[in-house]
Amino acid sequence: MTWDNLPSLYPVLVLALGMLVVLVAGLTRAGQRRETRLILFIGMATLALAGVAGAGLSGATEISGLFRSDAFSRFVLFFGLISTALTLVLANNSREVAGRRMAEFTAIILALCTGLFLMSAAKDLLMAYLAMELVSLSSYILTGFRRADRLSHEAALKYVIYGGVASGVMVFGMSLLYGLTGTTSFSGISKALTGASTVAGAGQVGELAVVVAGVFVFAGFCFKIAAVPFHQWCPDVYQGAPTPFTGFLSVAPKAAGFALILRFLADIFPATGAHEAKWPLVTLLGIISAVTMTLGNFTALHQLNVKRLLAYSSIAHAGYMLMGVIVLDTDGSAAVILYLIVYLFMNLGAFAIIQLVSDSSGSSDLPAFTGLGTRAPLLAVFMGVFLFSLAGLPPLAGFIGKFYLFAALLKSNQFWFIILAVIGILNSVVALFYYVRILREMFLRAPAGEAPAAPAVPAVVMAVLALLVVPTLIFGVYWEPIRSLAVYAASALNLM
Amino acid sequence: MIIGLPHYLIVAAVLFSLGIICVVSRRNAIGLLMGVELILNSANINLVAFARYVESGISGQVFALFVIVLAAAEAAVAMAIVMAIYRHLRNIDTAAAVNLKE
Repeated sequence: MTWDNLPSLYPVLVLALGMLVVLVAGLTRAGQRRETRLILFIGMATLALAGVAGAGLSGATEISGLFRSDAFSRFVLFFGLISTALTLVLANNSREVAGRRMAEFTAIILALCTGLFLMSAAKDLLMAYLAMELVSLSSYILTGFRRADRLSHEAALKYVIYGGVASGVMVFGMSLLYGLTGTTSFSGISKALTGASTVAGAGQVGELAVVVAGVFVFAGFCFKIAAVPFHQWCPDVYQGAPTPFTGFLSVAPKAAGFALILRFLADIFPATGAHEAKWPLVTLLGIISAVTMTLGNFTALHQLNVKRLLAYSSIAHAGYMLMGVIVLDTDGSAAVILYLIVYLFMNLGAFAIIQLVSDSSGSSDLPAFTGLGTRAPLLAVFMGVFLFSLAGLPPLAGFIGKFYLFAALLKSNQFWFIILAVIGILNSVVALFYYVRILREMFLRAPAGEAPAAPAVPAVVMAVLALLVVPTLIFGVYWEPIRSLAVYAASALNLM
Repeated sequence: MIIGLPHYLIVAAVLFSLGIICVVSRRNAIGLLMGVELILNSANINLVAFARYVESGISGQVFALFVIVLAAAEAAVAMAIVMAIYRHLRNIDTAAAVNLKE
């Protein structure tokens, strides 16, 4: 690398520096209220500066074959920055996080945000592993953030054990891939697989060996996006983690996981002359996609805790997005990116409302939502918008997201892709039932005993909710800007 | 007998399997973490063996070094979580941590 390449690392440097400043600022004990405000300000300023640094970049730069800054990784950078900023505001106004420990929360979430960007920029197995671990380790800490809460620790324990096993299996797969090809860089692996390698020891690589190594590697990737069979951690962690962080966890690390999968597949199996192991792996991902959405939707049907219900819903959404991944062309990747944008607004929004309700009633079980339509009509209507959008009903943004995913599959005109699209459409119908269950609870039922107090909504949280609701409504009827953004980001992957 | 690449790979594969068996059969949280360490170290053996016999470079060794460092970081975080669980439950048996379920 040379000094000329340094600007493409500015976002990472700014975030890391901001994290250190927040940590040091958190050590001061002067006036708690003021301290928290200062921490929030430093955190926001760091995110804004990283955004400015990222916005100043253009074109594609590759550093030491490890890291590539292009339109795709910058998209994930901004995705991470926006979701981190919204989460910081929500966390600062939540009962579960706010207070003296806001500095810890801010510092760790900034580290996590750095990891998200690095995951999407990884061009090497080593970089991918390091970035994923940065995201995972920060997530474990934030899941167990509530010292007094038993559930929070239990969730963190389950998360760290599942995560440790998944990343261990992934590293084992990476070591096999390295052994088969003699290199750890994505482009080097792709060259070795197609027989154009310059490394001495690498010969022609058999299909079965690559498939086995690929399956191990995808164990780690599927853990990150919570796809079956690596989804068991998801409901427990979502239920036990502090609610503002649950919203973040369901959006940002999942997006980075998809970014890494897209980049990995696009680099290892180039558009022309891909290794024959491509089709077995793609078939496997297709099966995982179908099973993931079916299992997620059907298990969500009988959940009694809303956080848990949305955890299963987010598993199902990972299944939908995997459909777009396996098409492996620019259309499919653009559909995934478009879906991620839409998903950011609707899912963060739904979790923001859960946070308000559970802060006021002390529970995130379904009965806490009973009669919300009379207690807090505006919140209930917002929740309705988010849930209908998650269900994929027109004219909301979720419909556009699903439309492009299905369109990408149907356009490929291959029998199994069309079958998969049909499974996806049937699943969307099933999903409607459990989203409507929450709505029925909010609008059509009266609370059994004394109604809990209406949630108090601070002005700044209302502003965040408006920021989330408005795009969910607007992108449902005018989606051209995000569509072109998605196509622009996806074209940096150099697929067909 | 000359020790070659296959010997290292077999050791690594055995270690990996033992790690997986440990993870699925243990109930003690520390035992589970030990299983994870076995899995990570089997990957390390693979990496250094491949670096020596396939690549004749150092990227495998460098990778293994990073895996060791991250395993330590992960162990630190995991131990902190296990300590917190112990403070609440006076127990680190995973069978006791069952409040989150369907």
